[in-house]
Amino acid sequence: MKTEQLIDMLASNTAPVDRRIVTRRFGTAIAVGLLLALLVLLIFFGIRPNIGEIAATPLFWAKLALPATLLAGALLVTTRLARPGVTVGSGWATVAAPVVAVWLAALGLLLSVSTDSRWSLIFGETWRSCPMNIALLSIPTFACVFWAIRGLAPTRLRLAGAAGGLLAGSIATLVYSLHCPEMSVAFWAVWYVLGMLIPTAVGAVLGPRLLRW
Amino acid sequence: MQRTTSHEALKAREAQLQLLLLLGLDGDEAAYRQFLTLLGAHLRSFLRRRLQSHEVEDLLQEALLAVHNARHTYRREQPLTAWVQAIARYKLMDHFRAHARHDALNDPLDDQAELLADEDHHANQAQRDLGRLLEQLPDKQRLPILHVKLEGLSVEETARRTGLSASAVKVGVHRGLKALAALIRGDQ
Repeated sequence: MKTEQLIDMLASNTAPVDRRIVTRRFGTAIAVGLLLALLVLLIFFGIRPNIGEIAATPLFWAKLALPATLLAGALLVTTRLARPGVTVGSGWATVAAPVVAVWLAALGLLLSVSTDSRWSLIFGETWRSCPMNIALLSIPTFACVFWAIRGLAPTRLRLAGAAGGLLAGSIATLVYSLHCPEMSVAFWAVWYVLGMLIPTAVGAVLGPRLLRW
Repeated sequence: MQRTTSHEALKAREAQLQLLLLLGLDGDEAAYRQFLTLLGAHLRSFLRRRLQSHEVEDLLQEALLAVHNARHTYRREQPLTAWVQAIARYKLMDHFRAHARHDALNDPLDDQAELLADEDHHANQAQRDLGRLLEQLPDKQRLPILHVKLEGLSVEETARRTGLSASAVKVGVHRGLKALAALIRGDQ
């Protein structure tokens, strides 16, 4: 086939492109990801029994704020990386800011208490299982997010994979917060962040293979 | 490096190509064909500076197919050159990687004006025959592409002839062209 014929073929009967296709694809991926992670949560972990009480406290919403703001930041970075020639730019700050904020809050908390109680604020009761639980919940969200990225055209595959992994991890952490009994910001600052780093690293490793187009 | 084209001329080219692409994205077939033709000439000269001459036409075809398959990722306010050059660069890197030519990976392609600086309308013979690759696609992709894209039949007429639904015909064209890109990469 000559190049001229190829151009003819590509142009022939070309349909109008839906301008909202990218938004719709990521919207679907996040919604389905949330539902699947919730399903896995209900099967393996369950929602904490006193959720009604806890949901009335500001601290519960502060806990959701970390994964929720990271979700927004990772979504911005991922959709930028999934389009050719778009620089991430200020998008990096939207990912860094929630992490820095929670670290500062944790530092403030730890400095305000006696040395003895610091360790329990960091380790809580569930530090052993927390990151792996988040990683487990990330499996379905990872599949959804990568499906969405594959519908676009990332050109920096490792970075796009890492951003997608972080997006998947933040969705999973948001859902995991409904089960997790820990209410110390120092705990979230370490173990939630670590939990989200697992799918991020997996995304960076698998990106070049899964996202090639 | 010597500039063959002035800054104003480059800007005019960018504006013209962008207009043609935007019309094409809204379904204007003639504008889209013209966009691909003009872009092809720029890409050919861009690739000719970086590849051996027998490789140019194959990679040009691969890049044009990639531009087409990624056309929904173009943002209307984005500089067209940045978008196209990122795609061309990605395909070029992929090619270098596949042929283990690591020396060429260091080629700085940051100058975005360069893509539109020259054009080349002289097509060599492609080594790879995309027509033959198309024949390897499964029928539900091959037939929609054959009728809609090569014979120019409407989606409805194609649906009638193949017994597929109209949406299956559209999906078949879309997936088929992505599958064609995968066949070119050789990973399926």
